[in-house]
Amino acid sequence: MKMIKSLRAGAAAIALASTALTSGVLAEDVAVTGGTAFTNGGKGKVENATVLMSDGKIVSVTSGGAVPSGYRSVDASGKWVTAGFMVAGSALGLGEVGNSGDNNDARANKAKDTLGLDVAYSLNPKNAIIGNTRIEGVTRAVTQFGSTKDNWHGTGAVIQLGGDTAAEMIVHNKGFLHLDVDEGAARSNGGSRSAMWAEVIKKLDGAKPKPESDDDGDNGEGEKKSDKKKAGKKKSEGDKMLAALFDGSASLQVNAHRVSDIHQVIALKAKYGFKVMLTGAREAWMVADELAKAEIPVLIDPLSNLPSRFDMLASTSASAGRLHAAGVMVAFLPPDTLNARLVVQNAGNAVAMGMPWEAAVDALTVNAAEIFGVSDSYGKLTAGMDADVVVWDGDPLEVMTSPDAIFIQGEEIPLVSRQTKLRDRYKDIPRAPAFKK
Amino acid sequence: MKKFSLLKGASARSAALVAVLSTALVACGPGDTQQGEFVDINRDPFPSSYTPLPSETTLIINATVLDGKGGRIDGGAVLIEGGKIKQVAATIAAPDGARVIDAAGRWVTPGIIDVHSHLGVYPSPGTRSHSDGNEVGEPVTAGVWAEHSLWPQDPGFGRAAAGGVTALQVLPGSANLVGGRSVTLKNVPGRVAQDMKFPDAPYGLKMACGENPKRVYGGGDNNVLARPSTRMGNVHGYRQAWADAQDYQRRWDKYVRDYEAGKDVLPPKRELRLDTLAGVLRGDIKVHMHCYRADDMGTMLDVMKEFKYQIASFQHAVESYKIADKLAEDGVCSAMWADWYGFKMEAYDGIRENIPFVHKAGACAIVHSDSASGIQRLNQEAAKALADGRKVGVDISKADAWQWLSYNAAKSLGIEDVTGSLEAGKNADVVLWSADPFSVYAKADITFVDGAIVHDRADAAKQRVADFELGHPGEGDVK
Repeated sequence: MKMIKSLRAGAAAIALASTALTSGVLAEDVAVTGGTAFTNGGKGKVENATVLMSDGKIVSVTSGGAVPSGYRSVDASGKWVTAGFMVAGSALGLGEVGNSGDNNDARANKAKDTLGLDVAYSLNPKNAIIGNTRIEGVTRAVTQFGSTKDNWHGTGAVIQLGGDTAAEMIVHNKGFLHLDVDEGAARSNGGSRSAMWAEVIKKLDGAKPKPESDDDGDNGEGEKKSDKKKAGKKKSEGDKMLAALFDGSASLQVNAHRVSDIHQVIALKAKYGFKVMLTGAREAWMVADELAKAEIPVLIDPLSNLPSRFDMLASTSASAGRLHAAGVMVAFLPPDTLNARLVVQNAGNAVAMGMPWEAAVDALTVNAAEIFGVSDSYGKLTAGMDADVVVWDGDPLEVMTSPDAIFIQGEEIPLVSRQTKLRDRYKDIPRAPAFKK
Repeated sequence: MKKFSLLKGASARSAALVAVLSTALVACGPGDTQQGEFVDINRDPFPSSYTPLPSETTLIINATVLDGKGGRIDGGAVLIEGGKIKQVAATIAAPDGARVIDAAGRWVTPGIIDVHSHLGVYPSPGTRSHSDGNEVGEPVTAGVWAEHSLWPQDPGFGRAAAGGVTALQVLPGSANLVGGRSVTLKNVPGRVAQDMKFPDAPYGLKMACGENPKRVYGGGDNNVLARPSTRMGNVHGYRQAWADAQDYQRRWDKYVRDYEAGKDVLPPKRELRLDTLAGVLRGDIKVHMHCYRADDMGTMLDVMKEFKYQIASFQHAVESYKIADKLAEDGVCSAMWADWYGFKMEAYDGIRENIPFVHKAGACAIVHSDSASGIQRLNQEAAKALADGRKVGVDISKADAWQWLSYNAAKSLGIEDVTGSLEAGKNADVVLWSADPFSVYAKADITFVDGAIVHDRADAAKQRVADFELGHPGEGDVK
């Protein structure tokens, strides 16, 4: 009897848990009250804030504002409230166990069209790393390929970490195309920077839109023929991405570290005029003024401070603060995908090394949103924005704080993950693992 | 460093040997067997050449002091004299001529000891020619010593000093079942590896469980017939190695017995691989075993009992929380990350509460880095683990948590009598922090090794610039 009863209770618990995790339910109306909110990245501080969310969107953030009827209240007194944070690079959802586990879909080493690769086919919302990451206050991520057979690593997407399907997760896809031109890329793409860059320039020159007259099909018999030939050849996904650079709908994300390599990237932007962002960028701080002038934003891991390679000799953890001070827009890379959640700690370290706190939180929110073209829906806690809201038990950049409540697009995310389930199972060591829970 | 001997009981033996030799001289009359010279083994052929850097008498006052063994004094004082901790108390009068540092708002702790580092053997820059940490080729390479790969010019040592690290164990990698000897270092500048060697620290032996050895030998580019290729193959490898070491030790013991009986005997041929393994069986060398899964660790606890040696620590130990009671019972430390997990199957069950759960079970918990980056912020790793434990009701004080960074680490390395805590008479391996070191914003203001400043955040002349960094972009920059 007893056993049956507990089995039944277990089944109910499982049903509950799966409802909570798979959701699909409409986001409720919620008011987060009494906390200190930061509505504009690290700025826009509102004390005793009432944050109203409805239908997945922010309705308002007001100091001491009333809670309308029908809203569930979440008490955030004495707590800090920010937008959910965003990592500016990862392979979240593209693989579970890096080394000899499941297939790593971020490693597209046999892909033929390395420019057209699309993460949408690989993205798995049930990936456990996503669950482990979002309960630490990271609600958004750029996800992209880690390697291909050459130095074009396809496209990437901005995802929200609360969806049930790949389509729900993807907020903006193919907003950028990745090109690697660092020392490692040169070694395996022609053996020399000179060989590599020649190929890059050739590809981009070939994709450059022809002047109007050349494209016009009504100019005469002979040209029509060539146009027909052109039309017959369907554009590859890679060709479309290159075209997207030139029509302004995508930017080129370039991985480079050494100052001389970064100079090539600045020259590339000047030559073609399309949007460029720099990633990796260990020595970018040395040319911060030039990057600011060229309006090239920079994605960096703020901790890297070792001369790990000959193209990274000037690495310093003062880098983020220096770039910011020079007027460069900065967003943060995590150390790797599994440790995407550590981006918050690392932002704290950037502050310890001289970056203003406000700027570091900007880097985790509004800057990342701006750089990746999602600032119309994410990054700020202002009316009409997606309700990615995190309630922290203290300064979010501190190492001993953590989220008490998390909302992604207005939906509360239970603070449960594969890791917390293991934790709960072994908290009081059983002789053998339990059958349930 | 003491000269370890192959014979049982080092000090007793040298007395015995003197007796044997004098007997031999006296008894060597006509008709007696002429004995050859007794062959002993020099256990310390690469002795430490460490000498403490100059230090001055320093009194730190008004600090929050964590002593590294669970004690805490708010507004306390620490006196450093002659390179040693002279006194730790609420108030201490300044001796004449002492440098007095008013540390109001700041914290003082024992220096951090990282028990798992590859600085110097996998240095920066990580060029292929610098890859000196794994002697791949055969699964048991107990005869190799990490100190023979160590490049003292790795810029990582200076970065670690800026993070409050005063001592560290550098280990070979985990490609092999038995990877070779580790070396314990003081985090001071050195021209040769011996300049950094921690005087009298016992040697460690790196061993590895699980996926790495079986992957290196059983798959990849290697011959598929190479062993081991499975976990059971791994265990066969360890056990055969210990059996070989027992046999080797017996041959040496017999040589000593025969010699002492006046026989003219040749010693066994020295095998460097077995010298090290026999050293473990005698208790001279401490085993530090890379092991992730609870079941792998459980197997090794039995191998340990079968061959009667002690495992000092499991390294990484991401599943220690599943068997923390057993680890406490067998007196094995776990050296762990706060939150790294999942990069391979055997790391998949890592949880953020591993360290506090091991502590709660009464087992020895250590925070380690295994990373040239992580070693710079081990205080933050302890802070995260502490917070994660508290969140689920494991209430540990900051003073207790500091044991994970210093005293427990020292204990696992066998240097706890001289470092790892702030106690009178111990080496003055001390960090003065700009704030509560459990905060992300805290920095090591000054790091002392034997009372000498090895890093000072306020003094560019006391910040290390490695030879490699000279003449390169970023030389002497804030790091």
